[in-house]
Amino acid sequence: MLSLTDVCKGYASSEGRVTVLDGVSLSLAAGETLALTGESGSGKSTLLHLCAGLDAPDSGRIEVAGHPMGRSDAERAALRRGTVGLVFQQFNLIPSLDVAANLAFQARLAGRHDPRWQADLVATLDLGSLLVRYPEELSGGQQQRVAIGRTLAARPALVLADEPTGNLDEASGDRVMALMLRLVAETGAALLMVTHSPRLAARLDRQVHLRGGRLT
Amino acid sequence: MNVKAIMLILMACAVSAPASGQGFAGLGSDAGGFEMPRPGPFDFPADHGPHPTFRIEWWYVTANLTAADGTEYGAQWTLFRNALAPHEAGGWASPQVWLAHAALTTATQHLAAEKLARGGIGQAGVTAEPFGAWIDDWELSDHMAARGEGFAFDLALHATGPIVAQGDGGYSVKSAAGQASRYYSQPFYAASGEVELDGKHVPVTGTAWMDREWSSQPLAADQTGWDWFSLSFDDGARLMGFRLRGATDFVSATWIGADGRPEPLPPGALRLTPLRSTTVAGREVPVEWRLELPAKELDITTRALNDHAWNALSVPYWEGPIRALGSHPGRGYLEMTGYGGTK
Amino acid sequence: MTGPMIALSALLSHWARHRVQAALLLIGLALATALLTGVQAINAEARASYDRAASALSQDKLPRLVAERITVADYVALRRAGWPVSPVIEGEALIGGQTLRLIGIEPLTLPSGVAPDIGLAGDPTGFLTGKVILSAEALNDPRVRPAELPPGVALTDIGVAAGILGPEISYLLLTGDRPAPPGYALIHPATTDLSQLTESFHLNLAAFGYLAFGVGLFIVHSAIGLAFEQRRGMFRTLRALGLSARALTGLLLAELLVFALVAGAAGVVLGWLIAGALLPDVAATLRGLYGAEVGSGLTLRPVWWLSGLGIAVLGMLASAGQSLWRLGRLPVLAPAQPRAWGRESARAMRGQALAGVGLIGAAAGLLAVRGLWAGFGVLAGLLLGGALMLPLLMAALTRAGQRLPDTWARLDAGDVFINEQLALRRGLAPGDRVEQGVIAGIYPDYGNPMPQVILSWDRHRALYPLPVLRYALITDIPAAEIRAAFPRVVVEDRAAIRKASVAVFERTFAVTAALNVLTLGVAALAMFASLLTLSSRRLPQVAPVWAMGLTRGRLAQLEFLRTLALAALIYGLALPLGLALAWVLLAVVNVEAFGWRLPMLLFPGDWLRLGMLSLLAAGLAAALPVHRLARIAPAELLKVFAHER
Ligand SMILES: Nc1ncnc2c1ncn2[C@@H]1O[C@H](COP(=O)(O)OP(=O)(O)OP(=O)(O)O)[C@@H](O)[C@H]1O
Ligand SMILES: [Mg+2]
Repeated sequence: MLSLTDVCKGYASSEGRVTVLDGVSLSLAAGETLALTGESGSGKSTLLHLCAGLDAPDSGRIEVAGHPMGRSDAERAALRRGTVGLVFQQFNLIPSLDVAANLAFQARLAGRHDPRWQADLVATLDLGSLLVRYPEELSGGQQQRVAIGRTLAARPALVLADEPTGNLDEASGDRVMALMLRLVAETGAALLMVTHSPRLAARLDRQVHLRGGRLT
Repeated sequence: MNVKAIMLILMACAVSAPASGQGFAGLGSDAGGFEMPRPGPFDFPADHGPHPTFRIEWWYVTANLTAADGTEYGAQWTLFRNALAPHEAGGWASPQVWLAHAALTTATQHLAAEKLARGGIGQAGVTAEPFGAWIDDWELSDHMAARGEGFAFDLALHATGPIVAQGDGGYSVKSAAGQASRYYSQPFYAASGEVELDGKHVPVTGTAWMDREWSSQPLAADQTGWDWFSLSFDDGARLMGFRLRGATDFVSATWIGADGRPEPLPPGALRLTPLRSTTVAGREVPVEWRLELPAKELDITTRALNDHAWNALSVPYWEGPIRALGSHPGRGYLEMTGYGGTK
Repeated sequence: MTGPMIALSALLSHWARHRVQAALLLIGLALATALLTGVQAINAEARASYDRAASALSQDKLPRLVAERITVADYVALRRAGWPVSPVIEGEALIGGQTLRLIGIEPLTLPSGVAPDIGLAGDPTGFLTGKVILSAEALNDPRVRPAELPPGVALTDIGVAAGILGPEISYLLLTGDRPAPPGYALIHPATTDLSQLTESFHLNLAAFGYLAFGVGLFIVHSAIGLAFEQRRGMFRTLRALGLSARALTGLLLAELLVFALVAGAAGVVLGWLIAGALLPDVAATLRGLYGAEVGSGLTLRPVWWLSGLGIAVLGMLASAGQSLWRLGRLPVLAPAQPRAWGRESARAMRGQALAGVGLIGAAAGLLAVRGLWAGFGVLAGLLLGGALMLPLLMAALTRAGQRLPDTWARLDAGDVFINEQLALRRGLAPGDRVEQGVIAGIYPDYGNPMPQVILSWDRHRALYPLPVLRYALITDIPAAEIRAAFPRVVVEDRAAIRKASVAVFERTFAVTAALNVLTLGVAALAMFASLLTLSSRRLPQVAPVWAMGLTRGRLAQLEFLRTLALAALIYGLALPLGLALAWVLLAVVNVEAFGWRLPMLLFPGDWLRLGMLSLLAAGLAAALPVHRLARIAPAELLKVFAHER
């Protein structure tokens, strides 16, 4: 489902060039879940962004669902619409749309809106009472539930999550995590999740650790 | 359209019949208070002058001229009077409007010009005694002079015969319904002078013919135009004949002996047959005719000096010199109006 | 709904949640469009009037023959000598209770196309026989028929005019290509070209329109900048969810187009109202200054819709171009990184903020700096010195009158005065020579498009032994006495002339003052928009200060003072800039464009007033954002800490 071969990525910074990823190889099968851990600043988000096509590697090869990562912005945007779903630490809901519209947004954008599946999601994520609210009227945990619902409503084959519970207290984080894993399992999607927490990482099929630009 | 164009349409009645005659500017009636022509003797010299109580009137001279080298020319000098009201007044208040046409024709060229003026201020007019007609710098008295773009002429006129009353003692009937005009001619002018064409001055001599006519309702409602002949035969006789085209054609003619004695011919005595037409200014115009007058054993063919003698003026019509061949050779003028519809 | 429509509706949903911002955007663009279309409408209407005057009375385009006295007999004599002339009797006449310029023509000798449509309105001979007078005005004279004529003009047959104005012919139109006959002077038509004469006035008006447009665009720019700033996160989310950069740019363009069309339509209607309100004053000014007749009715021409909407769309693109370009250029991750965006914005933003406040002091200054195009230049000068301009004109005129007597004596010696136009065109200075003599002096000649020479009476007669057309004498004897003694002499009272001129300039003031107020209003709105943008951007800076213990009320107070101080500072900077621009206008642009120059006078009293206005406007514009800050919910400030912005 996802395969990275010798991926390198660096940034120009005020102290000169900084190499963040230095030959990362990784593969993830369909339906498999993988936790990516590492210290702050080790390059986890960078790796995830590369997988989502939000940025391009300096060298190396990335394949999603058997296809090499497209070169053009339009191809990569199509990949995010169709195959990949993203869940962020900062939720990234659309502030001017209410919860219902936010939930349906990506599925509609992908042309895959399914009201029954959405109703299931609303029930599973317990969002029924919040549908007419706007994001700024929700708590962090509620917002993240909406963000997860939005991603899974489009039935992506690969879910990329960047510390989805990083902004949440432990109890609500656990609850959200449980819901996400359940829904990922239900839809048969593969999951690559960045987390700081070994406890959460342990709940996934596999774990990899990023250090010094390499996976261990 | 400005007032000028409207004036010209009003004037059009003088040279061409209305396309749909009924009620055009009241010409079918005398509703405007205009005087109607009546038979009777002329009152000369007063009748040489204008008759402001009649709606329309004209002084119409055509000349057949020849240069020393035998080149033939035709010259036309015409002054129309049109009354907006049946009276004359001094100054700008005069309701009399004057229109003049002048043209010079050769076998290859035909040039025409036009002038408009109002009465009352002296810019245009006619005096009976001594006779003089003028508009701006165009003049008709014992000579006729006019100039336009590219041409000019100045010809001395000298009468060699008497004035001839047309129709019934000067009462010329124009339709079976009784439309009529007062009409006399001077067909016996000798002309001599000079024509100017493209800057070249050419001395010429020849004959000229003046028509004088006034009326208030010259045409019947259905009459659409006319073909008008004035011919001077080599033997000294003259013939005036016209055909008014309408529901039924109305043909009238006067035979004028070499001594000037007029013989009005009964309607239909003169037979007019178009022989050949040509396209002039987009209209089919007959330029060759057969004229038969059995009473005088006359059988002639007329040919135009220039088929394209088209006066492309605000009221367009055909007017040009012709030559008669056959039993009575001679020269003259032909005027044809109402072909292809005016404005 | 298709994908792009979904995304577009998400983008548009922002405006539903930010109504003030949407309103600002729409109002800004509508005002910009309105002022520009309004001014253009006024100009178009005036020019249409001139055209109508020219086409309806194109005798103005024919050369005229004049003589001391032309009788009907003179006219007939010329015609009979073959001269292509047509007589005109012209003068003021009271018709149907209204004074009109009565033009009596002789239709039969006018070349076709010179006289307007004078037939077909009933009986075709009515005109010739004097039963019909044509006029644009509906007058209660039974003879008057409506016609396509410039206002204030009545066209009639020469016979009618002779009856009302007397039999003397005013002038003859020369209808053929011929020289003047002996005893007549030929006047060429160029000297009466209204459009040339009024061109500087219209350029000034147009300049006002462009200035207002520029200021309006500033509002739009602020509002769009704010909207982009606030939606940065949304843009990133949309792209993360699979919208390509190009699709996003396209959707934003579509969104802006919708706004442009709505605002443009409103602007056209508004512009029409503005033009309608200003036109009577403009018409009065044009009549007073140039004798040009302009109707005070206004028709909403279809072409306005086109040009108005076009202007709105172009203006919108110009205002949003920067934001769009930046968005398209940034990599997908960057828009969400405030500092990346911020770095891009910083420079532009600072300039923007400064300009926002500065607009009140001298919007003119900053805008004209962008493009020193002649029109913009004049326009800028007009705003700053709008009130300066006309007093200057007055002063220039009076000064012209004062300067001349000094050298008056030299005229008698055979020297001449030339106007500035001639001097500039040929590069002449006093002491140089023209055909008429040695130049003794150069006089300012406001508004005149033609070169001109003043010479002594004797010199004139020696050079041009033509019949004298008009005599004028200057005397100290009271007008009333002269009138009593010589009833046929036209007596003009200098005091009355001065009074009339002042009245004309007052009306010009009314127009410029109205436009001034409108432009200042728009500028204040622009500043408001800009401060609103700033206030939301400044929240992250304000929040920590609040957290450290400063009350919201105190914070608001400080913000308010800061705004006023900024306004005062900008005013101080803008004033010399505006003065410099005014100088450029007077001494460079105007001279280049029209050939005459105005002296620059300074009016410190007006600066003071302008300064107060600037502060007032800045205060008003800051009021709402500051009020909001004073009342802001602590939660809003907390959000700054809660989320990465
Ligand atoms: N746009 C950028 N320009 C320059 N350096 C960058 C940029 N983005 C990230 N970096 C650097 O790259 C490194 C990896 O950053 P990244 O965000 O991937 O770390 P992370 O592992 O996700 O950390 P965290 O756990 O704190 O989220 C860091 O040292 C960061 O400073
Ligand atoms: Mg990270």
